[in-house]
Amino acid sequence: MTRRAQSALAAAVDPMTPTPVMVRKALWENDDTFTLTLDCAPLGERYRFLPGQFNMVYVYGVGEAAVSISSDPARPGTLDHTIHRVGLVTTALAQKKRGDLIGIRGPFGSSWPIEVARGKDVCIASGGIGLAPLRPVIYAMLKDRDAYGRVIVLYGGRSPLDLLYRVELEKWANDFGVEVLVTVDRGDSSWKGHIGVVTSLFQYIKLDARETIAYVCGPEIMMKYTIDELDRRGVPPAQMYLSMERNMKCAVGFCGHCQYGPTFICKEGPVYPVTRVRPLLDRKEL
Amino acid sequence: MYVVELNDLQGLFTALSQQGYTIIGPQVRNGALTFDRMTSVDELPRGWTDHQDGGMYSIARSGDDALFSYTVGPHSWKRFLFPARLRLFAARREGKGFAVDPPAATPAPPYAFIGVRACELAALDLQDRIFMSGQYADAHYTAIRSSAFIVAVNCGRGGGTCFCSSMGTGPKARDGFDLALTEIMDGERHAFLIETGSSRGKDARAAMQAREADPSEIARAAAVSRAAESTMGRALDTSGLAGILAENFEHQRWDDIAKRCLACANCTMVCPTCFCSTVEDVTDLTGDHAERWRRWDSCFTSDFTRVAGGNIRMSTRTRYRQWMMHKLSHWVEQFGSTGCVGCGRCITWCPVGIDITAEAAAIRGANVATTNG
Repeated sequence: MTRRAQSALAAAVDPMTPTPVMVRKALWENDDTFTLTLDCAPLGERYRFLPGQFNMVYVYGVGEAAVSISSDPARPGTLDHTIHRVGLVTTALAQKKRGDLIGIRGPFGSSWPIEVARGKDVCIASGGIGLAPLRPVIYAMLKDRDAYGRVIVLYGGRSPLDLLYRVELEKWANDFGVEVLVTVDRGDSSWKGHIGVVTSLFQYIKLDARETIAYVCGPEIMMKYTIDELDRRGVPPAQMYLSMERNMKCAVGFCGHCQYGPTFICKEGPVYPVTRVRPLLDRKEL
Repeated sequence: MYVVELNDLQGLFTALSQQGYTIIGPQVRNGALTFDRMTSVDELPRGWTDHQDGGMYSIARSGDDALFSYTVGPHSWKRFLFPARLRLFAARREGKGFAVDPPAATPAPPYAFIGVRACELAALDLQDRIFMSGQYADAHYTAIRSSAFIVAVNCGRGGGTCFCSSMGTGPKARDGFDLALTEIMDGERHAFLIETGSSRGKDARAAMQAREADPSEIARAAAVSRAAESTMGRALDTSGLAGILAENFEHQRWDDIAKRCLACANCTMVCPTCFCSTVEDVTDLTGDHAERWRRWDSCFTSDFTRVAGGNIRMSTRTRYRQWMMHKLSHWVEQFGSTGCVGCGRCITWCPVGIDITAEAAAIRGANVATTNG
């Protein structure tokens, strides 16, 4: 067996060992956020992920970061990770170009339960980079568009130039009948859309609340107020889901960093039923 | 049950060595009882005892020839199963990219652990649930744990910070050992009652000059455990504790503790169940060789909860609260029992003597007062 084949084998059996994969494309979404498209053939046929799951992404000699997978789950050989450049590892990832190698291990964590939305309306509420872990949900639903009622995407960004996936947002609206509503914290001279927080978008839609499944991802404060707003509009909390973020070192329940009250986000999360974590959202510095 | 005389105990060490075990047991090092390699009964800390209280530890001559008349020291067995530093993988630069080498086959000298106390058996069981019982298993831990030979020793006295009987973990070892010894000293008599907990244990006992215990010896050993039970320095009322802590998330006591706590992480380092770790990525000067190391971490460190958006737990108040609530409350939901085994190390080795039993009682007391008033 070659050393490379040995490496691949070890990676397959040891959840702590990354597998090198090649960057196929690096696309800057805005000033500090970029999407790496990876050729994941080295991960093998058995690699499958569910919408909402994440990978640990490794830069040789630098370190590792937990990043949600933002591509189509039906195409597990090509993985997108949309990454906010903020720390050591993500800054190193921002240097990566087509042909470079980075390491991947995963997928880890829980997923958005899209099966519960069949035959129902869907409300996807996201803020900032929170749209990234929800994009696989949209891809999966658009593949089987007739299985769902209304698909509503509420999305808030800091400014028009910060918005992710702008071309796709328009395509989803125009080609698939997705109700896309976008708002920004502050506009610019060209912006003719909504201004305000994500929850302000609810005034423009009328939900068939009892028949709506909601998926929420964004900053914690945004999720808290979005859930309250959905609640006020009559969406049963049992039909709401959210995705949490915490520091993560191992992603397999050993390192202890991602504990959120009694739960480990890497094991029970990142996607939770809102009923599970709603009381925790009010606990500061939990 | 069997009995072996002190002079024949070496038979156990010889048998374990012959079977290829690396024997680890308590030894006096730098003024403390710590764990180290040994090959002979003569290396055990004969005639030593210890004194422990909040923020205080010392060893002293016991005035007799007992081999195990101290309680637990700063070391716990997790240092062998879950080492303070462990290399997770190595990687090499290869052309423009890199390759990852398979993790080295875990060097698993089968260990024989001598002198494992009941609280420490409970701690091993708790760490088993973390590292071996979930969807993923820690390869190093599993290899060491599954091959280790456990010689438990039943305590004959409670330490100043001990509260294992409150936690239901001791002082007598019930299971989780290959052999359990109870040291019996009566006048000139110095012997050990032997219980076996496995077929490996039975084989080891057969290698010693052990004979069946008579009822008086069994009664004498039971008295040893009763003595330990009655001399424990601390107690913790655990009834409903997980819920009481959960209900007192914003209790004023957390502020009070924060004024004393140094956030030094000593409690988490000496705790036999604390399992948090972080990773360090390193390269050599050429950058041609990279490694990833896992090392112990603590929920008291400043960047433990740092994420892109900032730090979640910013204060000592919330870090101590996380540690204690995890140990006594969240752990129950996570792993089916409390994460505290009552060994008292966190009390002894806290530089300012913060006492988990006193803090829990303070929060409980206020809770009772509130619900009654």
